Amino acid sequence: MNAIVTENLRKHYGDVRAVDGVSFEVRTGEIFGMVGPNGAGKTTTIECLEGLRHPSEGRLAVLGLDPHGQGYELRERIGVQLQESSLPDRLKVREVLDLFAAFYRRSLDWRPILGDLGLTDKMRAPFAKLSGGQKQRLFIALALINDPEVVFLDELTTGLDPQARRAMWDLVKGIRDKGKTVFLTTHYMEEAEELCDRVAIIDHGRIVALDAPRNLIGSLGAENRVVFFADGDINLASLRAIPGATRVEGSGGRVVVFGRDDDLVVRVVMALAAAKVRFRDLRTEQPNLEDVFLALTGKEMRD
Amino acid sequence: MKLYLREPAATFFTIGFAPMLLLLFGTIYGNKPNAFFGGRGTIDVSVPSYIALIIISVGFMGIPIATASNREAGVLRRFRITPLRPSAYIIANITSYYVMTALGVVALVVVGKVVYGVRFQGSVVSVWAGFTLGSLAFFALGYLIAGAASTARIAQSIGMIAAFPMMFLSGASIPLEVLPQSVRKIAAFIPLTHVVTLMRGLWAGVGWGRHLTEAAVLGGVLVVGMALSARFFRWE
Repeated sequence: MNAIVTENLRKHYGDVRAVDGVSFEVRTGEIFGMVGPNGAGKTTTIECLEGLRHPSEGRLAVLGLDPHGQGYELRERIGVQLQESSLPDRLKVREVLDLFAAFYRRSLDWRPILGDLGLTDKMRAPFAKLSGGQKQRLFIALALINDPEVVFLDELTTGLDPQARRAMWDLVKGIRDKGKTVFLTTHYMEEAEELCDRVAIIDHGRIVALDAPRNLIGSLGAENRVVFFADGDINLASLRAIPGATRVEGSGGRVVVFGRDDDLVVRVVMALAAAKVRFRDLRTEQPNLEDVFLALTGKEMRD
Repeated sequence: MKLYLREPAATFFTIGFAPMLLLLFGTIYGNKPNAFFGGRGTIDVSVPSYIALIIISVGFMGIPIATASNREAGVLRRFRITPLRPSAYIIANITSYYVMTALGVVALVVVGKVVYGVRFQGSVVSVWAGFTLGSLAFFALGYLIAGAASTARIAQSIGMIAAFPMMFLSGASIPLEVLPQSVRKIAAFIPLTHVVTLMRGLWAGVGWGRHLTEAAVLGGVLVVGMALSARFFRWE
């Protein structure tokens, strides 16, 4: 059973094709990510699914409902964290939760939710006094208050520091582990790779790839890399002789050994030790979604 | 409601402004019966007039600014994504504004009574009904302004530009009797004038039967204002 079905979704603003024929299915109970650069059409897609925007073309079904025609019915059963929204500055956290709980036919006791999100001690704080991460967690609490079947998260971690971002990832996994379906958008490839069961890579309003992150990376056939800086001269030919190494590049002391074997790093270190080469800053690089994006679109993901 | 009270400036303006104005003019003119006002004193005329002043300050400034800034900040968007209906949102808001405006009126009347012993010859129910009609009509216009303005700043400008001439030309702040004949002619076309006339009449014990024009105008403003503001209400 699919939680979300999107067939040939198009959304045009005048001549601008924000979303240009997007089709995908989101399975019940998975974390599905839509990843791509800013302006690729992620937010337009998610807001069409939430019923905030009316598609120019295409058929959408969320939990079997039409987001536009059956919006009120649907909103009882979904939770949404918007990319841009706010609350009255002077409203206190507990008042926010009481207020929003009252909007739904069925809502959960918000105290445990607040506890899970680490906001219990902020219960009496006014909205304006919360930090960016705390506001974001409060918005997640609001997205969970009606015990939704599908949770939409739009650019959840944008603007958060790395530590808060990691904490957020754990929260999202927790949501899935409670049996809910999560649809999220992000422009962080790392986030999509870490978090999502399946990822749709979107660029210029079209999906260029859709699969589990590991399969997407695997499909590249890209190699692992071992990178280090060598002090003094180094015989690159001896590195080329390492079993599993496919290619070696060296310039100005920086050496990169390419290979498919997972043991590559061990072999490189052993070869260097045997040759008594001093080296520093040795690290390994695995191909990631970033490389997938680069390979598919011919451009870097970074904004 | 609680939120309203947490905005000290807005609360002051709604509840405290009219009584202060009353104290100011009361000190200058006192409340001696005056042939000019048909045997009533300045305060007897000012108290019902200032009710109109409270109504317009909430309707034309409080409501449009708060609604437009909530929309601008994305607060309304957050509401929209819940099953909450727009009508429920507006009714809840109007209720809270109505209560606040009523508190302002009560404060005004209490000051008028305690300090100046204002004379009241009408019926409380009747004055209350007139107040309710006037405030709902102007609240509807306030939501219309909020819907028409794209930002809080524009809502504020429209509200001010519309409100200030009305405040001074309608007899709400300065009794019409004091104003020149030409101004009084203009006043007839200002909706707020009808609130002032109605409130003063009901306050002095004149029946609704002699205020059918005012009732009809305000009723019309209410119906048209509601229809248009519902049509133009925007969540974002």
